[in-house]
Amino acid sequence: MSHNTILVFEVTILVLAIFLGVEVISKVPTLLHTPLMSGTNAIHGIVIVGAMIVLGLPDKSAVTWIVGFAAVTLASANVVGGFVVTDRMLEMFKKREPAKQVDASQDGKGTS
Amino acid sequence: MSYNLSNLLYLITIVTFILALRFLSSPAHARRGNQIGAAGMILAVVVTWIKIGTTSWWAIAIAMLIGGGFGAVAARRVKMTAMPQMVALFNGVGGGAASLIALAELHRILPEPGSPKVDISLAIVLSALIGSISFAGSMVAFAKLQELIKGRPITYPGQQFVNGGFIVGAVTAGLALVAGLQDEWLLWALIGAALLFGVLFVLPIGGADMPVVISLLNAFTGLAVAAGGFELENNVLIVAGMLVGASGTLLTLMMSRAMNRSIANVLFGAFGQVSVQAAAVAAGDAGGSVRSASAEDVAVMLAYAHKVVFVPGYGLAVAQAQHDVRQLADLLEAKGVEVSYAIHPVAGRMPGHMNVLLAEASVPYPQLKEMDEANPEFPRTDVALVVGANDVVNPDARNNQSSPIYGMPILNVDSSQAVVVLKRSMNPGFAGIENPLFYNPKTVMLFGDAKESIDKLIQDVKAL
Repeated sequence: MSHNTILVFEVTILVLAIFLGVEVISKVPTLLHTPLMSGTNAIHGIVIVGAMIVLGLPDKSAVTWIVGFAAVTLASANVVGGFVVTDRMLEMFKKREPAKQVDASQDGKGTS
Repeated sequence: MSYNLSNLLYLITIVTFILALRFLSSPAHARRGNQIGAAGMILAVVVTWIKIGTTSWWAIAIAMLIGGGFGAVAARRVKMTAMPQMVALFNGVGGGAASLIALAELHRILPEPGSPKVDISLAIVLSALIGSISFAGSMVAFAKLQELIKGRPITYPGQQFVNGGFIVGAVTAGLALVAGLQDEWLLWALIGAALLFGVLFVLPIGGADMPVVISLLNAFTGLAVAAGGFELENNVLIVAGMLVGASGTLLTLMMSRAMNRSIANVLFGAFGQVSVQAAAVAAGDAGGSVRSASAEDVAVMLAYAHKVVFVPGYGLAVAQAQHDVRQLADLLEAKGVEVSYAIHPVAGRMPGHMNVLLAEASVPYPQLKEMDEANPEFPRTDVALVVGANDVVNPDARNNQSSPIYGMPILNVDSSQAVVVLKRSMNPGFAGIENPLFYNPKTVMLFGDAKESIDKLIQDVKAL
């Protein structure tokens, strides 16, 4: 494939991704906006793939070595930290998801 | 692994990311969605690892252990109340990585014969520029929220010109690179100028504007990653980066709309310059005296009220008083008081920050009222208990045209019968804006750490 063919294809998926991003996000309730920000924060940790490609290049110069190593380190912190923080936030939402049932069971305890 | 096979596997990763975001539409599935996204991320890493073969595998492993280890420990150790700065930190390192990739790519392609393709050099310039701004800006946001540096807006004369100078310098270096000047130092200069711009651009922003900035920087990192995808001709970077870029931009717009201000106003406007004079004016105008009350007095007010509304703010997060607030609310409910929580969309330092904290304390969802729902309730509220909120209840936003927050929708706590403000001292808030609510005759102040004050209130209410 020529470079331009690939470029046109890449621009196509870029534009589609914009609409998809907007579409998916508009369905998220305000209640979950913090986990949303944290979750998207984890997703852009995908930059680790690029960092690995750079550090995995054969015949690297010293500059590429150092820069690539730093990039993989930073990107790994982004990935792991991002997903762990998001998980911790969502854990708190999950344990009492059916809010009405929780209330009902508390009422039950109160009367029994 | 062939190009086609790896791209197909990357497509699976993309689908998991979309599902992760899709599942966030309900608290029931949100956590599962995040786990699916994490699995997709692992898949992408494994595919990439197989693709690049054994070259420098040990270096990659060591770098991953260092970075991942730091990320895991930091994310596990951090208290729920310190989440905003963690999000800023992890966002920043992602932007930094995108910027470094651009540097490495330019370093690789420059020695090749012929000039680099325009689209590739444009992508390199964009990811270096946006990634560096995001890195430096996020680090400053982190330092401000962690209180390593002063949270209030830091301003000096000619600030906008200095900032403008750095960004113009960075863009000029970028244009020269795209136009075909083959000099690696141009990119170093661009990154240097962009880093300085990132620092200077976040420094003057404070207070209630912090969530907007963090969300914007999050979108920036996404865009930088998408540009990185063009450099490396890698689909998963383009799609995942752009998903974050688009959604982050939308979230930023939604938040500034909630504050009734434009993005430009948040970033370059009011809080920087106006606040100092406006604060002086407001302080002069207010003039009235502040009434402070003892915990016993407040306990009596609360226990004999029909309806009490809690108004949480950043101070609740700082004092980590969410569990104590819940306890106090339960105690009041047991005495037959109607209790609810009024949540301002930009209370705290992240969008939805208060929701997360109160969720941690297992506050029932039906008690959480958003601004539109809460405001009509205040006139029939006996006591509005403001726990560490300031700007979001400041009546100047309605009345005082010279106030930097004029026009921002607020919680009208001053329309309730009585207001109790829990506050550490009379220092103006994070944003440094004076609040006439404190001088309102209906208001009593309960000074002290929010957690200690609430604990005292619990004991006093119990003793009644």
